[in-house]
Amino acid sequence: MGKKVGMEVSLAIAEAAKMANTDVVAAYPITPQTHIVERLAELVANGELDAEYIPVESEHSAMSACLGAVATGARTFTATAGQGLELMHEVLYVASAMRLPVIMSVANRALSAPLNVWGDQSDLMAVRDTGWIQIICENGQDAYDNTLCAFRIGEDKRVLLPVMVHVDGFYLTHVIEPIEIPEQDKVNHFLPPFSYPLPLDPDKPLTMGAFAPPILFSEAKKAQEVNLRAAKPIILECWAEFAKIFGRQYKPIEQYRTEGAKILLLTLGSFGETAMAAVDKLRDAGQSVGLLKLRLWRPFPFEELRQTVSGAELLIVVDRALSFGGPGGPAFSEIRSALYSEKKRPRILGFVGGLGGRDLMVAEFEGMVKRALEMKPSGAEQEFEMYGVRE
Amino acid sequence: MKNYSIYAARVTPPVEGFAPGHRACIGCGEALAVRLATKAAGENIIVANATGCMEVVSTQLPASAWRMPWIHTLFENTAAVASGVESALKVLERKGRRPAKGTKVIAMAGDGGTSDIGLQALSGALERYHDLLYICFDNEAYMNTGIQRSSSTPFGASTTTSPAGKKSIGQRTWKKNMPAIAVAHNIPYVATACHSYPFDMMDKVKKGLAVNGPAYIHVLSVCPTGWRSAPDLSVRLGRLAVESGVFPLYEVEDGKYKLTVDISPLRPVQDYLSTQGRFRHLSDDMVKEIQARVTKEYKLLKEKCA
Repeated sequence: MGKKVGMEVSLAIAEAAKMANTDVVAAYPITPQTHIVERLAELVANGELDAEYIPVESEHSAMSACLGAVATGARTFTATAGQGLELMHEVLYVASAMRLPVIMSVANRALSAPLNVWGDQSDLMAVRDTGWIQIICENGQDAYDNTLCAFRIGEDKRVLLPVMVHVDGFYLTHVIEPIEIPEQDKVNHFLPPFSYPLPLDPDKPLTMGAFAPPILFSEAKKAQEVNLRAAKPIILECWAEFAKIFGRQYKPIEQYRTEGAKILLLTLGSFGETAMAAVDKLRDAGQSVGLLKLRLWRPFPFEELRQTVSGAELLIVVDRALSFGGPGGPAFSEIRSALYSEKKRPRILGFVGGLGGRDLMVAEFEGMVKRALEMKPSGAEQEFEMYGVRE
Repeated sequence: MKNYSIYAARVTPPVEGFAPGHRACIGCGEALAVRLATKAAGENIIVANATGCMEVVSTQLPASAWRMPWIHTLFENTAAVASGVESALKVLERKGRRPAKGTKVIAMAGDGGTSDIGLQALSGALERYHDLLYICFDNEAYMNTGIQRSSSTPFGASTTTSPAGKKSIGQRTWKKNMPAIAVAHNIPYVATACHSYPFDMMDKVKKGLAVNGPAYIHVLSVCPTGWRSAPDLSVRLGRLAVESGVFPLYEVEDGKYKLTVDISPLRPVQDYLSTQGRFRHLSDDMVKEIQARVTKEYKLLKEKCA
């Protein structure tokens, strides 16, 4: 068994990147991600991690340097948040389309304006369609474990895709949690060394990143789509292997007290832990409430979603991001769309809350269940509300 | 030069890194410059290329004109991509996962990708002191997208976004001095070059690759399409740019300036300007203004070289 230690989650993520023997780190400071890369810089400076740390001049260059490093065959890690993720935006598409498995922690943060450095998932939702595998973590152990898994999944020769590991800024990055850090040899056993099949090499010259005319572009995109969807069984395989070695089993959608539940809450990220406490209270009060926690965001777990909601009458999706002028919170609208073709599906309502570091406490989750039961049964504007906002 | 083909074969490496059959315009100076650069660089290189003319004419899937490992990702990030390649080579060689065979990294971009949108990434790469050679192929406007002005477009040139007109003289600003910006980073090697001086250019590429640390070479690349000049005049136009002092050829080794082609006396700038459609609207007064500026800057450069 590994050692359970009290550790700030950012440091645990850095520890995972270190134990993965990362070769190259290219990063730019931005709150609330800084502790991760500060720690990595320290590990490199102390000689505890043999890597090249590139202190780039922007996040755009951070991701660009990562592309060059992976293409040369190096295991590569970076971390960012909010505005930094947005500045990388166009580079993110290139990483996935060119099959360059960069591994990145995202300390989820609100997007300006007004300037706000605190946590929400606006940045996460803005990069939804970049073609990356995206895992959303609930707590510190999850963050450590899935950072390790991200390397194994992304670098798998059947996958070769970049992976984002999302952790809520401050709510996770800046808290100290008991985290089990496994022995290095177990990590080595779980995570084989990175061997990129076609690296840049003068002995075997190849052209990477040629442009595609209309006659080829659609085929390239179709291949990418097929490839990302095909990654799902390999993600499940990785999680099964992880459970075998480390004893913790991850799933695309986690269920909490869902047995026979008529009402289901669905959360993403650290909301899950608070919602669990609310579910306990509601269950104790005799209400038939359970909780679903969405961990795998891309590729989206359609099957698991359909299975886990099949017995419910009401599904309440809690978003930490807003789609302005749109159909509700981004996760809410995706989940509703995923269930649209089901013959028997629960009524689906959405709340948006906790923006820019606004706390949503246990009482608020209880309040959302109460409010959902009051909401009128029809009309789009009655299906989604911003929760806890002063008028 | 008499018997050039016999002579050249002995002094020029036979390696051709940039294959024929690409789709550059007739008379493209930049294609010639890229060919010379890759010849001089040899086969043990990795190239990171920015979006621009060279990327577009040379790599439409499924074809490629590049005979070395070559990567293109985006427009403004070439220096950053090259930084990543260089760092990866360093760590992988150190860890014994790649043979240490002295592979060199070259980043290539046009003037837009260098002096405008890519300036930040370039500055970062030079400041971080990566061991790489950055070559700017400067054809003095965004030629790939249809001849729009850049900060490297010369004063008075008419482009599609600095058109000459009743109320416009064409480009109103003076060409950004990119080599001076590179020199300000205190890097070991900076040079200017032109495809019309092939041996000078190839020597500079070799020097830039040999130094330990970043090197920057700014290559004037004649563009008949954008300059509205005759395609068969591309080599001559490059020579006129140098002979008139409009684009002097020099190098800066560890901060020390040296003219590699010292012209005395300079030809009048009119000789250079008059064969290009982009300058055809210039009044005598404007030509005088350009002449005065070129004379002054050449004098300042000579002082630096003294």
